[in-house]
Amino acid sequence: MENIRYDLINALPELIIIGMAMFILLADLFLKPANRIAIYVLAQLSLLGAAYFTFSTHVPSVTYAFTGAFVDDAMSDVLKLMIYLGTSLIFVYSRQYIQQRDMFRGEFYALVLFAVVGMMIMVSGQNLLTLYVGLELLSLSLYALVALDRDNANATEAAMKYFVLGALASGMLLYGMSMIYGMTGSLNIAEINTALMAGAKIHSVLILGLVFIVSGLAFKLGAVPFQMWVPDVYEGSPTAVTMLISSVPKLAAFAFVIRLLVQALPTLAVDWQQMLMIMAVLSIVIGNITAIAQTNLKRMLAYSTISHIGFLLYGLMSATINGFIFAMFYAVSYVVMTLAGFGIILLLSRKGFEADKLDDLKGLNQRSPWHAFLMLIVMFSMAGVPPTLGFYAKFSVLQAALAAGYLWLVVFAVLMAVIGAFYYLRVIKLMYFDDPLDHHPIEAPMDMRIVLSFNALALLVVGIMPERLIEICIYTITSSLS
Amino acid sequence: MLNYFYHHILSFTIWVPVLAGIAVLASADESKPNNTRWLALLGGIVSFLVSIPLYTQFNFADGGFQYQEGFSWIPAFNINYHLGADGLAVPLILLTSFTTLIVIISAWEVIQKRVAQYMACFLIMSGLMIGVFSALDAILYYVFWEAMLIPMFLIIGVWGGPNRVYATVKFFLYTLLGSLLMLVAFIYLYLSTGSFEITDYYKFAMPLNVQVLIFLAFFAAFAVKIPMWPVHTWLPDAHVEAPTGGSVVLAAIALKLGGYSFLRFAMPIAPDAARHLAWFMITLSLIAIVYIALVALVQKDMKKLIAYSSISHMGFVTLGFFIFNNLGLEGAIVQMMSHGFISAAMFLCVGVLYDRVHSRQIESYGGVANTMPAFAAFAVFFAMANTGLPGTSGFVGEFMVILGAIRANFWYAFLASFTLIFGAAYTLWMVKRVFYGEVANEKVAALKDLNKREFLVLAILATMVLALGVYPQPLTDMTNATVIQILSNLAQSKLPVGLGL
Repeated sequence: MENIRYDLINALPELIIIGMAMFILLADLFLKPANRIAIYVLAQLSLLGAAYFTFSTHVPSVTYAFTGAFVDDAMSDVLKLMIYLGTSLIFVYSRQYIQQRDMFRGEFYALVLFAVVGMMIMVSGQNLLTLYVGLELLSLSLYALVALDRDNANATEAAMKYFVLGALASGMLLYGMSMIYGMTGSLNIAEINTALMAGAKIHSVLILGLVFIVSGLAFKLGAVPFQMWVPDVYEGSPTAVTMLISSVPKLAAFAFVIRLLVQALPTLAVDWQQMLMIMAVLSIVIGNITAIAQTNLKRMLAYSTISHIGFLLYGLMSATINGFIFAMFYAVSYVVMTLAGFGIILLLSRKGFEADKLDDLKGLNQRSPWHAFLMLIVMFSMAGVPPTLGFYAKFSVLQAALAAGYLWLVVFAVLMAVIGAFYYLRVIKLMYFDDPLDHHPIEAPMDMRIVLSFNALALLVVGIMPERLIEICIYTITSSLS
Repeated sequence: MLNYFYHHILSFTIWVPVLAGIAVLASADESKPNNTRWLALLGGIVSFLVSIPLYTQFNFADGGFQYQEGFSWIPAFNINYHLGADGLAVPLILLTSFTTLIVIISAWEVIQKRVAQYMACFLIMSGLMIGVFSALDAILYYVFWEAMLIPMFLIIGVWGGPNRVYATVKFFLYTLLGSLLMLVAFIYLYLSTGSFEITDYYKFAMPLNVQVLIFLAFFAAFAVKIPMWPVHTWLPDAHVEAPTGGSVVLAAIALKLGGYSFLRFAMPIAPDAARHLAWFMITLSLIAIVYIALVALVQKDMKKLIAYSSISHMGFVTLGFFIFNNLGLEGAIVQMMSHGFISAAMFLCVGVLYDRVHSRQIESYGGVANTMPAFAAFAVFFAMANTGLPGTSGFVGEFMVILGAIRANFWYAFLASFTLIFGAAYTLWMVKRVFYGEVANEKVAALKDLNKREFLVLAILATMVLALGVYPQPLTDMTNATVIQILSNLAQSKLPVGLGL
């Protein structure tokens, strides 16, 4: 009994969010449409409550719960806090958008909160099955969210595609896990590692399992050659959902990779390094070159995501503590940039108008110099131009890769970054050099404008003073992977 | 208070224009552009005044870095906010704040569209360029170097000519490609030395093959910026499409960033590679000097002609660097300053005509001297200075470089002096076709001579060109000690013992 209580306390933030998600589903039935705003407030409050408990119970040491299936360490706490923050921003940015599209219902908030729980379990999972359940909870919530706008044929198509390919990837992941289990006799991350350290396993079976696991991970991250779903799902989903898919789950996926590859399978590092290397290079090439040909802003950002994942993999493939620190730094920077970028798209869209074409940004500097400036910061940050956060993100992963001896791969990445700069510059060109096609005034609630301004300016401010964020990443990784 | 200022004088010269730019943006009111203009002018004047003590307080006997200041900026990477300026940087910093002031005045009623953004771009860019000249930490330098691209990108793209988008994207991508390779070199040096301090790199010994790679990475960044043949093709496009102010800043300062950086990074960090590859650099310089001068000869667009002339003149600068003697190096520095004034003046002259007739084609003009006598006098004077007429600043630099080149190899000097003929040919031929002869058409006949503002700007620049030509000593005094220091650094081999050629 004592044990159960101890376990539950460790999982308190997850329990709060699950409870609130269910409560929201119920409460939605009894609320009049005019009072629906209460749901929004409840959703924000549940994130706040979870953040409070995560923060206040944080200790630098590692604690295990549920007989070792669940871990509470610095990485889980820090990433969870970032997931709450990111989700909270998504709620702020998307409120008006989903109201205008008749999606402002309990389902939206409940599903997002379930997705958050899935991410939290991915971040805290210490057992292959726990991790898998977390991933599935996240994925299933996302499939449903993509299809939430029922009458939208594109969204339904995207949801189908996402679901079919996602299920396939989950299957691969599970199959890989089963092979690792067969070889080591354990599902626990730490025990797998100990068993592999002891040696004398059939290497070819382990490698086969590893290939399946890495493929599954690559699918969830959206790395080439498992990227096919990304552009279609980004384009087809309602922008608010695209923002969710493209941002915070990458933090969870990062933790997932660290748990599986770095904590469970470090003995196979030589093998997964090679796989990550191939995927990193291909992602950067395909992401950056294909993005040039896009006319749809969401599709362009999809390919941009693929190339960012490539850079993130540069940090991971170094397989050094520094590499993981900077990969985390990259993931966090990426999420901040992506949220701001999609925030601008949501800001420009209105009832019956999606603002998801590149041409919709034309002349933004004439319509609203301030928002054009914010988008300028986001684009330069994505391109990795100082003094924005994106520069330090690229700088640090490249530094880690160079320290690991990948000189020519780094030079190659740099050349691809120049190609990438082209399509980000095109967005700036449209905003600043062209005349507007659309003269509607920008209507957005004040809270969204303020939060969005802070979000985008953070790219500049943290870009000028990145020390604090780097310190957080160093603390997180070193105290979790010692 | 004053003491604080003197201890942080470089920070002030960087951040005053940046803050002024932000203030101009923040107080922008489209309906009252005049307020914006006066505020920008005030910002420009204050920024210039703040930079003057760099000259008055300068210790002429010291060839090292003065006005040093700094603090730890990003300890995780050992990156410091470390500033300092030597006899090479200070003249260029002064040139920057001076040119920015000139640009603000020259843009007064020419720019009608988004005045605040235009002025702010120049003020902010001025601060960033001064940052490039005074950073002693590689990443700080890199941040300024790249950040500078953003306002320039907007200046060409928003206020430029019809083909501006192509030009500005090309400009940005060319420069970005080079600078990212430089970033890789910086990271490599950081991983080997554990520091981003430039002076630590000066002491770091490397085998020749590593030095060559490092040198080539720097070359990619700086050769594009200078620009050297064959990576010069962005410059004519950028110049032709840029608004007058953009051309002025590009020619007067942005090109100098490349020259300055060769002396600050590529050569002292990889001196053996610099000597090893000197033949290569000299060949490229001579091609720029001779071939690009020939290209200039056939241009029909005045801005393009001056752009090619800039490339050719910058060829003298790189030639002066890589003959490794006192005269050549000092001549190259004088040439950089002189070209800063002359090219600025030439672009302003084209701007004066363009504002009235809206054409940059030589064939649209003819006999301008009849309707604009005062302007013609200035234009002819600057054209003469561009050809290197004794008594103007253009002569001093080129003459010193040629003298230095004779010491190195007679044929270098022979080929370099060729341009003096070609330079005279393309410049004077343009002057003849634009200014002399019969009044070509009614547009020229209707021209009004310079207004007071334009007269003031051109008169200031003419004074500077004359002053530097007749009495270059204040400048050479300043650079002397630094030049000696740079040459002695370059003379020392950094190859690890036993690994020599």
